[in-house]
Amino acid sequence: MSGRGSSSRITDEEINELVTKLQSLLPESRRRNIGRASASKLLKETCSYIKSLHRDVDDLSDRLSALMATMDANSPQADIIRSLLRS
Amino acid sequence: WRAPPGTRTLTPRFGPSKPMLAFRFLRALTLVHRTAANSSNAARSRRIQRAAFASMAYSAGPRRAWSRALLCRLHFHRARRRCAGRRRAAGVPRRPSTTGSPADGLRRLVPGGTGMDYCGLLEETADYIRCLSEQVKLMQSIVDSVGPGGR
Repeated sequence: MSGRGSSSRITDEEINELVTKLQSLLPESRRRNIGRASASKLLKETCSYIKSLHRDVDDLSDRLSALMATMDANSPQADIIRSLLRS
Repeated sequence: WRAPPGTRTLTPRFGPSKPMLAFRFLRALTLVHRTAANSSNAARSRRIQRAAFASMAYSAGPRRAWSRALLCRLHFHRARRRCAGRRRAAGVPRRPSTTGSPADGLRRLVPGGTGMDYCGLLEETADYIRCLSEQVKLMQSIVDSVGPGGR
């Protein structure tokens, strides 16, 4: 990370590059929503995307927890997990 | 060769290696299964959620501010676990308030984001999103392969 020595001033170009990179990480549907957006719109959409990813982790944790409750050591599901860990 | 003054090298990292992420998470799940068999669904779910953020952070390593922040939070939570109160799973960022600029909103969502400069925040956010979406994909594929057939 920079900061040492001569000017490490951030240029607008670099910020635009980062903003473009961020935009490319959004899923297609969200990208379409914002179109040729301002940075501010993009950041808001990014916030919304992160929140939805957090919700996904939440939901999937619930589902995994429920699945775990039904699993026993000798079930086929346990075999799948064991084989995934082995490979 | 020196980069022209003012340019920052944008590290083209694509996040943690997927197999490592999968391995860590599955190992954590196995541990949860073994030790939380008699817990409530909610308690187990919180542990799984914590395991998700932990494997993300460990896989990303200490090179990223967000992963360092998550690891700090997880260790801190573990040390405080016996103390009263917190039902919220560690490692899960708080629900942000709606004040401030969009960049501030992002700072509250990305671990370690507060106090980051704008450029750093954008870089960290990009990496965080990559890793977070990989984690979600991983969890989804586990649910799909292990879950009951058809829903």
